[in-house]
Amino acid sequence: MRRFSYSRPATLDEACHSAEHTRFLAGGTNLIDLMKSDVERPAHVADLKALGMHHIDEQPDGGLRLGALATNADTAAHPLVADRYPLLASAILAGASPQIRNVATNGGNLNQRTRCHYFYDPDMPCNKRSPGTGCSARGGRNRIMAILGTSDACIATFPSDMCVALAALKATVNLTGPEGERSVPIRDYHRLPGETPWRDNILRPGEIVTSIDLPPASFGPHHTYLKIRDRLSFAFAIVSAAIGLQIEDGIIRHGRIALGGVGTKPWCVPAAEALLEGKPPSHSLFRDVAERLLQGAMPDRDNAAKLRLAPRVIERALWQASAGTPQSQTDKTIR
Amino acid sequence: MNDVSADIPCRLQINGKTYAADLPPSVTLLDLLRERLDLTGTKKGCDRGQCGACTVLVAGKRVKSCLVLAVSIPDAEVTTIEGLSPNGQLHPMQQAFIEADAFQCGYCTPGQIMSAVALLAEGHTHSREEIREFMSGNLCRCGAYNGIVDAIEQVVAQQNRNHTGEAA
Repeated sequence: MRRFSYSRPATLDEACHSAEHTRFLAGGTNLIDLMKSDVERPAHVADLKALGMHHIDEQPDGGLRLGALATNADTAAHPLVADRYPLLASAILAGASPQIRNVATNGGNLNQRTRCHYFYDPDMPCNKRSPGTGCSARGGRNRIMAILGTSDACIATFPSDMCVALAALKATVNLTGPEGERSVPIRDYHRLPGETPWRDNILRPGEIVTSIDLPPASFGPHHTYLKIRDRLSFAFAIVSAAIGLQIEDGIIRHGRIALGGVGTKPWCVPAAEALLEGKPPSHSLFRDVAERLLQGAMPDRDNAAKLRLAPRVIERALWQASAGTPQSQTDKTIR
Repeated sequence: MNDVSADIPCRLQINGKTYAADLPPSVTLLDLLRERLDLTGTKKGCDRGQCGACTVLVAGKRVKSCLVLAVSIPDAEVTTIEGLSPNGQLHPMQQAFIEADAFQCGYCTPGQIMSAVALLAEGHTHSREEIREFMSGNLCRCGAYNGIVDAIEQVVAQQNRNHTGEAA
């Protein structure tokens, strides 16, 4: 690791006004790894852990506010999360390992970088790491890369499980920066790579995620997080689906769907969700929804299997959510 | 602005003893333990948070010490494999690993044991599947996984017997 200077700001204001070439440190499970790989080379690291922001609080509207510095493990185990947002708890527990979840934070999860092999290898061209050098993943070994939201400049998958559930839950991200506070819907937080793949999200210089708001829960037992990966545990998604359905008298009133492993950001298609409204669960409906979600998918050299796998994951997850039998993250059998 | 060469005061409680020194901020907890304190029971495997060989407890919670900057956890209580048996008496989990043949080469074992000790406290030990899932952050390239799960189940059974005994 290259040498860097280190500080521990005492206030959010002090942190927001950090010098250029500062990286903010929360849990560090991704940042320190990237610094060891020489992908991240900050001159200065500002450690945010003295800023509090680790609480999980009920909101007046019945929703929940998750502190940006609450750990993934504490968030998944919190009684209000486990009881009201089991979809989120399930997605968190489907990701990383217990040791990582004990350290990694909610804000850090939003801001983690892709696990694209080429991004991680400073000897290879990569537009996300070194703008203008080209994309090695295009035409390269790209079995894990995205098929949706890609551009000529970048096909890197956004790796989070937690953010996929947050997108299905329509969470809101609260930010504080040098110019003040603002709130952004999670679905608008991450960016498509386009011509500027080095910008993963809409954060402005000095801006810090302070908390994540969850709207009041409405899915009851009708949710699931179904994740397919190369091993049964401790691996990133090849395809995942987070689904929540509001069902009354056998009719789907509203459905929320987000996909992981296939997109350059958590993948949501409102038009696909709208297809569900007012209809009973059926094979033809779920096939149409899957088709709409994957419209425009563009595989590259090695990842066409995702095109065949994704509809099956989506349809199976829709049946799990309809039946109120969410995928267990312990018993790995997919029912 | 901060001097890049500036060391940062670091103060930790490691296995019950106070450690205090000024450290470069780039020193990980793992390197502090192994290179500066000769606590070499904690192993460096991948150094990337993937293998779990460097697992220690920080404030009672299991973490991968290769991904933690030593200066970023001021005054934290750290427990390493050396801290499990302060008087030379093996921890029940260490004893169970021996009895269940839960290792072959032994390199991953300190991390496995620290992770298993934390797992007991977390309570995710209701089935072999649950134990496997919640031990997934510790890799064993010899493939001693069945023995590891046996060892953990053995300690869980001992604890349950002890609790039943206390209740009676």
